[in-house]
Amino acid sequence: MTWLHRFSKFVVASTVLLIAAGGMVTSTGSGLSVPDWPNTYGWSMFSFPFDKMVGGILYEHGHRLIASAVGFLTIVLALWTWRVDPRRWMKRLGFAALGAVIVQGLLGGLTVLLLLPAPVSIGHAGLAQLFFCSTIAIALFTSHGWRSASATADDRTLRARAITTTCLVYLQILVGATMRHGKAGLAIPDFPLAFGSLIPPYWNAAIAMHFAHRVGAVAVLVAVLMTTARIWTAHRTDARLRRPALLLVALVLVQGTLGAFVVWSGLQPVINTAHVANGALVLGTSLVLALRSCRPLFASFPQRAAERRAALKGCATTADTAALKGCATASGPGATAEAGGRL
Amino acid sequence: MHSHALRLVTGVLCLGIAACGGEKNATPAGPPAGALRVDDARAGTVKGRVSFEGAPPPNAPVKISADATCMRANASGMTFENFVVTDGGLDNVFVYVKDGLGNYYFDVPAEPVKLDQQGCRYVPHVLGARVGQPIEISNSDDTLHNVHAVANVNREFNFGQPIKGQKNIKTFTAREVMVPLKCDVHGWMQAFAGILDHPYFAVTSNGGKFQLKNLPAGTYTVEAWHEKLPAQTQTVTIGEKASKDVSFTFKM
Repeated sequence: MTWLHRFSKFVVASTVLLIAAGGMVTSTGSGLSVPDWPNTYGWSMFSFPFDKMVGGILYEHGHRLIASAVGFLTIVLALWTWRVDPRRWMKRLGFAALGAVIVQGLLGGLTVLLLLPAPVSIGHAGLAQLFFCSTIAIALFTSHGWRSASATADDRTLRARAITTTCLVYLQILVGATMRHGKAGLAIPDFPLAFGSLIPPYWNAAIAMHFAHRVGAVAVLVAVLMTTARIWTAHRTDARLRRPALLLVALVLVQGTLGAFVVWSGLQPVINTAHVANGALVLGTSLVLALRSCRPLFASFPQRAAERRAALKGCATTADTAALKGCATASGPGATAEAGGRL
Repeated sequence: MHSHALRLVTGVLCLGIAACGGEKNATPAGPPAGALRVDDARAGTVKGRVSFEGAPPPNAPVKISADATCMRANASGMTFENFVVTDGGLDNVFVYVKDGLGNYYFDVPAEPVKLDQQGCRYVPHVLGARVGQPIEISNSDDTLHNVHAVANVNREFNFGQPIKGQKNIKTFTAREVMVPLKCDVHGWMQAFAGILDHPYFAVTSNGGKFQLKNLPAGTYTVEAWHEKLPAQTQTVTIGEKASKDVSFTFKM
């Protein structure tokens, strides 16, 4: 399991690289520099000569090669998880990640063949983040800390704030992707003001989308600060929450700065790509916080499941663990062992 | 019963074959009823010049480090072709009859319009073609290009030309001024094609000069389109066998 965890972290890192490579494709306007798919100018993807990877082809074909490598790593990850992880839901999660990366590849091909229609490109960007989240979840769930340490404190407020933050960050990424693929990155050309005002004095769809992304950034910042404040006041001693919270604040500040420079630089490709990749890191970190805040729920799943089984078998519903164990054992061999393996 | 069914099937097949064959061998659609043909002997000419007032802005340099072949072809550097001004005349302006032709019919030339990729540039930078006229797009460079027509009215297309000397034929099916063509491999490469359903168009050259020949007598809206400047229009009236001078002046 230790090696599986290390491997899953490697997949996470590879996925960040893949997201950055994809960001570079859009930022440099290279999405259609290879007009065919899955071939590359008639060559098989893997036999395309390196010396022909010039201009936009370097970004687009490079993205396809990295995507293929991540796809292969995900196959290994899914099979490995299926082989060594006793938790049924983890086996499913591994194959869900594999399914996501396959659909992601198909969406990538489709958007090239259909000449980059915005809905497909936005779907490609959105699914990329969900796949990234699945690899992070696998890495977290296979970690020694998740499986063996005592659960974090059961804090409903923290849980609500952390989950809200993660959802807001994902929504913000979708708005950003819509703005990017709708060519609205410079619809408001100044920052921090909008056409010299706090609120844009005139509106169209592009300006509205751009402004929504700015408003979303403020909402994300507030959510992150509220989550961090809760951790700082109630769980400061728990490093498993404190560290990602501090990292999240730092990443959000970096993200805001990058966003400003994206506008000031007139969509400079490297800055633009850094903004995309750092956005993924913000999402990943907030997901880690959310999952860790939900850790007590995972811990109580087996007990709840045993209670449900006991109730179904006619046993008295009780919180008494000893009675439950007896009931559970009576209702099926290995029930408690299975429960213990579900964390 | 069997022979009746057989006759029915045979009949349907014959009809189908006749229909398919008929379509294949059909002559191109002729002129619509009541359409007029231009009488060359009575037609006139609109000619003139497109000027640029003041000093033209310098064309920005192109960063071509992404491809060694392009660097070799442009050893002394490369600039964009936004403003080509010679002796005060602005080149690469698409001048065409925008309106006023009425019910004239024109045969579509079979001769293709040529667009080449030379030294990681499109040659010519601005071109005109007729609806349905073949456009021969070729790659004279020893590197890969993709040709991406970002059409709004016509169907957008994108194809690769990885081999030096490769040629492809494309046609546009509807009038559209202008269709940008670009290479996504080399982001600076851009051309513009004006697609019209008549032959009265020209691209200015040799110091902004243009000529619209064989134009029947009438009153027309003539437009001058430039890739960076707002288009200008003029109303031009021309008589039979007449020659009319028209000038446009652009400024920043």
